[in-house]
Amino acid sequence: MNRQGYLEVRDLTVDFDGFKANEGVDITFLQGRIHFLIGPNGAGKTTLVDALTGLVKGTGLANYNGKDLLNLKSHQIVRAGVGRTFQTATVFEQLTVLQNLDIAGGVHRKAWGMLRARRGIPVYVEEALETIGMTDLKDKQAGILAHGQKQWLEIGMLLVQDAQVMFLDETVAGMSAEEREETGELLKKIAPGRIIVVIEHDMEFVRQYADFVTVLHAGRLLAEGSISEIQANTQVQEVYLGRNASEEVA
Amino acid sequence: MSAADDIAQTDTTVTRAERRRRISVKPGPSLVRDWGSLAGIAVMAILLLAVAPAALSDFRLNNLAKYCCWAIAAVGIGLAWGRGGMLVMGQGVFFALGAYSMGMHLQLEAVGPDAIPTFMILYDPLAPLPAFWEPFRSGAFTLFAIVALPAVGATVLGYAIFKRRVKGAYFAILTQALAVALATLISGTIKWTGGDTGLSGFKTFFGYVLSDPVNMRLIYTITATLLVVCLVVVWQLYRSRFGELLVATRDAEERVRFLGYDPANIKLLAFVVAAVMASIGGAMFVPIVGIISPTDINAAASIFLIAGAALGGRAALFGPALGALAVGYGQSTLSEQFPSLWIYLLGLMFILVTLLLPGGFASLPKRLSGLMPRKAKDEPRPDQAADQAAEAAA
Repeated sequence: MNRQGYLEVRDLTVDFDGFKANEGVDITFLQGRIHFLIGPNGAGKTTLVDALTGLVKGTGLANYNGKDLLNLKSHQIVRAGVGRTFQTATVFEQLTVLQNLDIAGGVHRKAWGMLRARRGIPVYVEEALETIGMTDLKDKQAGILAHGQKQWLEIGMLLVQDAQVMFLDETVAGMSAEEREETGELLKKIAPGRIIVVIEHDMEFVRQYADFVTVLHAGRLLAEGSISEIQANTQVQEVYLGRNASEEVA
Repeated sequence: MSAADDIAQTDTTVTRAERRRRISVKPGPSLVRDWGSLAGIAVMAILLLAVAPAALSDFRLNNLAKYCCWAIAAVGIGLAWGRGGMLVMGQGVFFALGAYSMGMHLQLEAVGPDAIPTFMILYDPLAPLPAFWEPFRSGAFTLFAIVALPAVGATVLGYAIFKRRVKGAYFAILTQALAVALATLISGTIKWTGGDTGLSGFKTFFGYVLSDPVNMRLIYTITATLLVVCLVVVWQLYRSRFGELLVATRDAEERVRFLGYDPANIKLLAFVVAAVMASIGGAMFVPIVGIISPTDINAAASIFLIAGAALGGRAALFGPALGALAVGYGQSTLSEQFPSLWIYLLGLMFILVTLLLPGGFASLPKRLSGLMPRKAKDEPRPDQAADQAAEAAA
């Protein structure tokens, strides 16, 4: 299973009846690094991820393993190895942690096997439980988990479905400081061999864990580079702090 | 960082196929619950197949057979609606496919080879048998049609509905409209289907004379066995990964899409199984009741089927079947004494259950145990699933 080590987005445009939520975006996501997408509200970060996961229609090219993700349906994109989470954690509340993870392993199974009951815990589910540190909680109903735990469970589900590309939408929003740190360490742990893309507003978290940062503004790519390069970028400062601030600085 | 290295290692050195084969030996947590439910089905089988025939008169047993037909359809409704979230308001359509297949066959059996049904002679003594009746002279074809017609019909219909992501109230109204349409169609084609008068005057059931009580008991046994088989089928579906996925689709369809499944296919399977069950119930209904007419399959009849599932507890394994049996029994006994009161009582019960007990009577034990004081003081519940088990087993 040799997977290509990058996801290449070229000239991505998302047009909502004339309003361009994304316009001419070029980004290359590389394997093994934690890639943050930042930008003010309405910059088109989530829309970009929506387009790459089949939720909205985009034009352009998004090449992964020789497939253009923009031409695939959501479930086909998942089967191509691209997974995502949502801003509001959506786990199956009626099912246990274990069942949630197990269900995510459907991409490994033949349709016929679906009609059989689970016998024991598949190894990849056990590994995911350990990686997200929730082995002890495996028989708990997902509905009673804390907010942070739900987010980790979602990441665990991506691990089980063997997503080589993970889009994480504001995963640490609403988390406590300790939960953020644990999430950051979890991302570091799973990043080798994967493409991790995180949408984030919390600059402290970005500073701590970003290997690479892309800044979007008004649907277009504004700047990209390491976190220090981004912090030094005057355009980014203008967008984030407003024109007055930059004038004061000048 | 050794854990991280481990993960990276497994990813690169072990192929997916190998990882899939490696299963740790620990059993899943749900095994106890599964076998408990199976024991429940066994108890029900004993009650239906051994106790009831011994205890009930021919008349009462035949009534019970009729309720079993509704219960078979209700089991399917539990699957589609309770677990799948699809409010199937038009199961009368599939009930009709089975019932009219059987009705046509029994009618042809009654008049003998080369003859046409008596009701057709009334309109035109020289009319040829309509082409679609002809194959139903064959008993084997009839049995095949009872399963194949709803399966094909539900697949085509379901595919169109679910791929277009029609759901919720729209789905309910659409299925309900189909039941209305089919009942109207049958009423309007009296020369071919017997119209509002329906099909009746059956004499034999695959060679067995219907006026013989022994044969009626045999038909009861077949029906009760089919009900038990349907329960075993949904039991297996509920404990399978498909069952978990169906619940997941009911609760968060979009999320399921992002697990790499097409939710339409998951719903489709549940919908088709429910349709086939309704058809089987309909087919057995005909020799038991001796008549099939549009009033047995129209919108009101479809809602009556749903009422059983709702009252009993639509998501529970036994809820729909027991609910349908109870509603059927209630209808017969109460309507014998208070013909006009029964429908109001059913309506009142429906309102009360919807308001006070949305999980149906099956959720009553869980509700009651929730009112009891907790035994352990602060200890978290050892297993939430145990509660669900109680619900599922009830």
